[in-house]
Amino acid sequence: MVTLNRRRLLAALGGTAVVSLAGCATAPAKPAARVVVIGGGFGGATAAKYIRLWAPEIDVVLVEREAAFVSCPLSNLVLGGSEKIENLTTGYGTLQKRYGVRLVRGEAVAVDADKRLVRLASGDVLPYDRLIMSPGIDFQYNLVPGLESADVQAKVLHAWKAGPQTLALRRQLETLPNGGVYALHIPKVPYRCPPGPYERAAQVAWYFKQHKPRSKVLVLDSNPDLVSKKALFLKAWSEQYPGIVEYRPNSELVRVDAASNTIELSFDKVKADVLNVVPAQQAGRIAQAAGLLSGSNKWVGVNFQTFESLAVPGIHVLGDATASAPGMPKSGFMANNHAKVAADAVIALLTGRTVNPEPIIANTCYSFVSDTDVVHVASVHKWDAAQKTLVPVPGSGGLSAQANAIEGQYAKSWARNIWADALL
Amino acid sequence: MRVWAASCAACHGTGGSAQTGIPPIAGQDKAVLQQKLLAYKAGTLPATVMHQHAKGYTDEELAHLAEHFARQPK
Repeated sequence: MVTLNRRRLLAALGGTAVVSLAGCATAPAKPAARVVVIGGGFGGATAAKYIRLWAPEIDVVLVEREAAFVSCPLSNLVLGGSEKIENLTTGYGTLQKRYGVRLVRGEAVAVDADKRLVRLASGDVLPYDRLIMSPGIDFQYNLVPGLESADVQAKVLHAWKAGPQTLALRRQLETLPNGGVYALHIPKVPYRCPPGPYERAAQVAWYFKQHKPRSKVLVLDSNPDLVSKKALFLKAWSEQYPGIVEYRPNSELVRVDAASNTIELSFDKVKADVLNVVPAQQAGRIAQAAGLLSGSNKWVGVNFQTFESLAVPGIHVLGDATASAPGMPKSGFMANNHAKVAADAVIALLTGRTVNPEPIIANTCYSFVSDTDVVHVASVHKWDAAQKTLVPVPGSGGLSAQANAIEGQYAKSWARNIWADALL
Repeated sequence: MRVWAASCAACHGTGGSAQTGIPPIAGQDKAVLQQKLLAYKAGTLPATVMHQHAKGYTDEELAHLAEHFARQPK
């Protein structure tokens, strides 16, 4: 539980106030309300910006542990070698300067929902009228025997959060000998970015084809089949990377032996030169600490009209951490769209307006199957009053007809536009 | 309305002012925007993805979206 330390509380607010006042001359002396946002990813950054955009009278504090945002979308291209991580990185400065979002660099570790306080690892305490949490995913290393310690986690990488792990995995691929094996293990659904592993396989194969053509990409999938864009990925793998990509379904993980780079599966044992294990996932730990996960739930149940937690009032949860509505992927695009519905609802709830009862949101996920060619999946989701959730609109959405370079250009433009929509 | 339209900003930029590479929709003629959205929906205007999005909306919703983006500054 949070204990309110008045001196630290004032210090925390004072420190951030100094920063924000410089860039936001219109900030009212006494804000109408304060919203704290935990997590500056696709969901949290978008929510912080849009609340300030739509309701500048509301004070917004964004808590983020990293110095800059690094995009997971396009990060598989860094593994393939056709993109640089610097191009995928955006700072938080504009949110502060242009929109008057107060930035607090730190990690939220506890929430007192009764007193409406967030406690940070530093000991600082932030009061809120409404809390928005967009904590992304955390890994369940307890479900990956052999991968429990930090030492082995530094060797057998996930690279499922873009950043240092992306670069470290790229270095491992660079040292892999021609003729070597790269094995990628995929957890059971649901996990962040359903098509991401298959895109990664294509990107590593693209690199091998040019530089290490005798090498192999082994896709070890816990699921019984590809869970996204199946026909498009299978076609791209077989046409562009014949003899390089091999797909093995029903490859449930039993244990990892990091010393020998071996992964034991339910029906198989694979030794790889580079072993890349994407562990099973759950909502970011702060959701758990805040009491938003009940029983064996891994994800946060929300009311999709407001994104307010079904368990704890006053806390809205966005993005990958939510228990997804039917047909809704865990994607950055969805988190961005969640954020706008939540921002609008939070403003309505804080200012006594009626909440829009019929949200409509959409998704487009682009996957690169080479350095230029892309396949997409798209969907539109509408509130269904009978089912009380968001459901895909019948007849809408769909896939690319085939991988193509026009959508490759759109995909890169999309990335720049959504980063700007969230952060600039 | 603003919250429906905000969904489009994930590709077309905040307020419909895309930075680059994707057609900006802010400040365009309302009738043209509406006509295009309806043509995407009907499948008569070729697209990579817009036909799939347009089919998710009623004609009335598309008209509201066209009106909203026509009013946004370029």
